[in-house]
Amino acid sequence: MIDIQNLNVVFGHGKQAFHAVRQVSLAVEAGQSFGLVGESGSGKTTVLRALAGLLDGVASVSGDMTVDGESLQQQRSKSFRQRVQMVFQDPYGSLHPRHTVDTILSEPARVHRLDRIEQRVVAALEEVGLDASFRFRYPHQISGGQRQRVSVARALITDPRIVLLDEPTSALDVSVQAEVLNLLMRLKREHGLTYVLVSHNLAVVAHVCETLSVMQNGAIVETMSVQQLREHNSTMPYTRQLLTASLGYDRGAIDAFEEFGS
Amino acid sequence: MTDSPLLSVEDLHVTYHTPTGPVLAVKGVSFELGREKLGIVGESGSGKSQTGRAILGLTAPGGEVRASRLEFQGTDLLHADKRTMRRIRGGGISMIMQDPKYSLNPVMTVGKQIEEAFLVHSNDSKREARRRTLEMLRAVQIREPERVYRAYPHEVSGGMGQRIMIAMMMIPEPSIIIADEPTSALDVTVQLQVLAVLDDMISERGMGLIFISHDLNLIASFCDRILIMYGGQVMEECRADELSQAKHPYTRGLLNCLPRLDGSQDELAVLRRDPAWLDIREKIS
Repeated sequence: MIDIQNLNVVFGHGKQAFHAVRQVSLAVEAGQSFGLVGESGSGKTTVLRALAGLLDGVASVSGDMTVDGESLQQQRSKSFRQRVQMVFQDPYGSLHPRHTVDTILSEPARVHRLDRIEQRVVAALEEVGLDASFRFRYPHQISGGQRQRVSVARALITDPRIVLLDEPTSALDVSVQAEVLNLLMRLKREHGLTYVLVSHNLAVVAHVCETLSVMQNGAIVETMSVQQLREHNSTMPYTRQLLTASLGYDRGAIDAFEEFGS
Repeated sequence: MTDSPLLSVEDLHVTYHTPTGPVLAVKGVSFELGREKLGIVGESGSGKSQTGRAILGLTAPGGEVRASRLEFQGTDLLHADKRTMRRIRGGGISMIMQDPKYSLNPVMTVGKQIEEAFLVHSNDSKREARRRTLEMLRAVQIREPERVYRAYPHEVSGGMGQRIMIAMMMIPEPSIIIADEPTSALDVTVQLQVLAVLDDMISERGMGLIFISHDLNLIASFCDRILIMYGGQVMEECRADELSQAKHPYTRGLLNCLPRLDGSQDELAVLRRDPAWLDIREKIS
C-alpha cells in the first residue's frame, strides 16, 4: 500500500542545511498499521509530513514514494488527497476556532465535490460516537477528547484508504486516550484502513500496530514486529534503552544510559 | 519517618468565584509530608496542581484558599505575612514547573539567575554565590558548568534547562520541593536522567518532595507514597509499590485503561465515572 525508498529531507541550504530524514525506506501493506517511534527530533513526524506532501516549498525532499500503486510526484494528485488523510496531535490547534463542527466536516467533502454532504457529516459524527447535536458547536465548546473525535471524523469524511496519525492521543488524559484508541481500532476493522502511527509512546504503538520502525537522528535504527518489541527482542542498543526507559523509573538502570549522538 | 512532618495540610479547599458561580477546584484535601517522595496523580482538572500552588500561596487572583490547617515546620502558611512568605518561597519550599522555557528569564544568563536565587536567601558575597552556583551546576550533572554558567536559556536543551531549574531551586537549600509535571515536556530517557538527579539530591539532603504528575507508571516507580486525586478530592492513598493492588474503582479504572507494552490489542477498558465517588466524600466533609 505504501512504499518509501531512500527518503531524504533537508531543511535550509548550504551551511544552514539540516538533514532531518536520512535514507529512510519502509513498506506498509494494505490493512496494516505501521508505527514510527523515536524521541523528539528523530524525524518521525517529518517522514509522515513528507508522505502527506506537506513539505512542498518548506524542505527539499528526495526519494521514491509509491502509495496505492501511484508514484508520488511533487504535487500530490487530488485523488491522493482524498485517499490519504491525516490526524494531528493537538486537536485544538488543528480545528478552525471560528468554524462550527459542521463547517469543519463539510469542507473536505466540498473540496472533493462529494454528494450528500449533510448525510456524510451526520454519518461521520455517528462513526466517531458523537450525536448530531455536535454539528453546530464550536471547537472551544467541546472537550479535548471530543475534539480529537471530530479530527478523526474529518479524516473519515472523504472515505480514505490510508490515515496518517501524528501522536493522536498524546495531548489526552489516559482515560480519554483509551476511548480514542478503541475508536481508531474499530474504524480500522470496519473500513479496512491502513494506518501509519507516529508516537513516542511504545505502549500505544504496541497496542495499535503490527510492525514498527525505531528512528533516531533522522534514520531508521531498526524495523521490527510488535511481537519482537513485546519480547524485548532487539539487538540494537538504542531500542533496548528506549524499552528500558519506557518501563518507568529505575535508579540503577539510569546510570547505564548512553548518549546516542549523531 | 520518625520525626514530625515537614508539612501538614488538613481539609484544604480552593474555590474560584466566577460570574457563573463558585468553582470548587480542591475540596477537602488532607495529607502530611515527611522526608519522602509523595506523588499526587490525577487527570486534568483533578485539582493536583491547584493543591501544589495553594501550599505556596500561588493561587491565581480570584481564588480563595481555606484549610483547617496548612503548616510548614511550625509556620501557619495561611496567615503568614508577605515577608514570611517571601522567605519561605524558595528558602523553605520551592517549586519546579513543567517547562523551563517559560520559567527561566530569557534575557539573563543561567549563572546570574542561579546566583540571584542564592543571594535572595543569604548574605554571602557575589564571589561565594558564583562558587556555589558552579558547584550546584556540577551537582545536577552538567558537564561543562563554566560554559552553561555564561549561556542564555535559549542556548540549552530542554533536559539541561530542567537541570538548571533544579539547581536554582536547590541552591537556597529548601526543605521541600514541589515539582509540577517537571519532566513531562522531556523525552523519556532524558526525563529519567533528570529525575535521577532530583532523586539523589532529595535523599542526600533529607528533603521532602511533592511530585505532581498525570503519569501513573512514572509516579508508581519514582515515589514512595501516592495520593490519587479526582474532582478536587483524594480518592485513595497508597504506597507506591502497592499501586497495582489499589482498591478504589477510579484508580483501578485508570490502571486498566492504560495500553501496555506486554498487553494484547484487545479493546481497552474504558473508565466509567461514578458520581457517587464525589458525593460520599462531600457529605463527610
